[in-house]
Amino acid sequence: MSHTLAEHQPGFVPTADACVKIAVRGLDFFYGDFQALTDITCDIRDNSVTAFIGPSGCGKSTFLRCFNRMNDLIIGTKVEGLITLDGQDIYAPGVDPVDLRRRIGMIFQQPNPFPMSIYDNVAYGPRLHGMKKKADLDEVVETSLKRANLWKEVKDILGRGGLTLSGGQQQRLCIARVLAVQPDVLLMDEPCSAIDPTSVQKIEDLMAELKSTVTIIIVTHNMQQAARVSDETAFFLQEVMGEPAMLVEFGRTADIFTSPKDKRTEDYITGRFG
Amino acid sequence: MKDMKRITNALALAVFWIAGLTTVVVLGAVILYVFVNGIGHLNLAFIFTKPHGVNAEGGIWPMIVSTMYVTGLAMVIVTPIAVLAAVYLAEYAVQGRLVRIIRFAADTLAGVPSIVMGLFGLALFVEGMGFGFSVLSGALALSFLMLPIVMRTTEEAIRAVPKFIRWGSYGLGATKWQTVSRIVLPAAMPRIITGLILATGRAVGETAVVIFTMGTMINTPLLPTDPGRSMTVHLYQMAMEGINLPAAFGTALLLMVMILFFNLSARWLLRRNRRMQG
Ligand SMILES: Nc1ncnc2c1ncn2[C@@H]1O[C@H](COP(=O)(O)OP(=O)(O)O)[C@@H](O)[C@H]1O
Ligand SMILES: [Mg+2]
Repeated sequence: MSHTLAEHQPGFVPTADACVKIAVRGLDFFYGDFQALTDITCDIRDNSVTAFIGPSGCGKSTFLRCFNRMNDLIIGTKVEGLITLDGQDIYAPGVDPVDLRRRIGMIFQQPNPFPMSIYDNVAYGPRLHGMKKKADLDEVVETSLKRANLWKEVKDILGRGGLTLSGGQQQRLCIARVLAVQPDVLLMDEPCSAIDPTSVQKIEDLMAELKSTVTIIIVTHNMQQAARVSDETAFFLQEVMGEPAMLVEFGRTADIFTSPKDKRTEDYITGRFG
Repeated sequence: MKDMKRITNALALAVFWIAGLTTVVVLGAVILYVFVNGIGHLNLAFIFTKPHGVNAEGGIWPMIVSTMYVTGLAMVIVTPIAVLAAVYLAEYAVQGRLVRIIRFAADTLAGVPSIVMGLFGLALFVEGMGFGFSVLSGALALSFLMLPIVMRTTEEAIRAVPKFIRWGSYGLGATKWQTVSRIVLPAAMPRIITGLILATGRAVGETAVVIFTMGTMINTPLLPTDPGRSMTVHLYQMAMEGINLPAAFGTALLLMVMILFFNLSARWLLRRNRRMQG
């Protein structure tokens, strides 16, 4: 994939390619004076799973939070470059991050159910956006819990507190909560690193089912997981402490894991495998 | 050498133990003293009837009503103000000079001697605003006393709500106000209520403020503009003017029971909350 210089110019919007859900061009990211990411350019394909891999601290979470503008909540952060969602610049002046976040859901490493019932957790988003009728809410709650592979376990205890569930169930509850607002994109920041293997299996299964309708980006430290669940893989690296991290290699997962083009990618992957 | 160490250790432990025990002994002694002297006087008639005669024989019902009324009204006044101020401080204010000044003011307000606050209430509410000696004047002055306590505990309660829970809400497309009102405040509620209960306990036991603002008249207040006499003021007068010492002890015992009840329910709430949040 090569990009012309013109594409790096501010304000340039790539032509809407049917296959490209999110396009990133020349992205730089700053925490105050510290530049965390430099010159990231890539395309995230529609209805696919993209894995972000790389050592700790190389800016994977930071990059992920650029997509739903969650970094806006951190004081002193700055984004340069371009990110488009369906061809629209998400950092354009008229864009409300609150609206954007309805379209781009996020799952965090630590399951974070709200201190309320399972039902209310899932109904939270739809209620925010104006859904009031009990029948409608009931239906969204059921569908979302089913899509999150949690329905069978909780259908009789919907009134119980979300925090009473096991860690893995909590994580799936968070997924159901996000699915209830019907996002087109799902950002998952190491969703499986704090939970039990059964739940990991269920989450990997649901990702495969979801990707026909949702574009998924997952950060993972687990190479096997990246190889199992993703269609494309991006490898990030911060080569020098204190310097910004960059995107070293981006391509089809099968290619990245079998014949990486970059020596650094190969070192990282083989190092991790054994 | 080793022996020295062991002896020093044991000695230090003993000192700490004695210091800790002192607290318990003092508390026990106070409770026992009040209990022994007051229990003989404490009965349903004492609680539910009015005093009569020159020595205020009979019950203390008007004082109980006055105390509850003035405290309840103060709560109603202080809660919205304190909670809004705390939400502003914790969530909205740009953390800078103004916030530091507000916080400093709250801490200083908390340290103002209550008799000074009483004098201030007398000047401002009783005379300045013309509310006279009344439950209303008392409640307003008491709310000044409670405000910093409730505000600071509420602010801490709000700050204690984990960041990642807020992020979950923002991530679903919630606005700041939606996140604060639907997630942060409910999650902080048990600790906020704990703060309120503790402040209430403080208000129930307050004497100087109410003697200056609600007055000393034995009266069962109906309207907020009615005067009244708090239990603490009654206790003071019964004891200091030597009118009726048994009634003083009975009142003291009831006061202690009330405050103990407030403290225990605050503890219970905190504990239950900790269990629920894991
Ligand atoms: N809120 C923040 N403020 C300042 N620096 C941060 C913040 N969050 C992350 N960083 C820094 O940005 C870099 C990338 O962090 P992160 O995106 O969390 O990496 P990863 O998710 O790949 O482990 C790290 O050097 C980290 O210290
Ligand atoms: Mg991370």
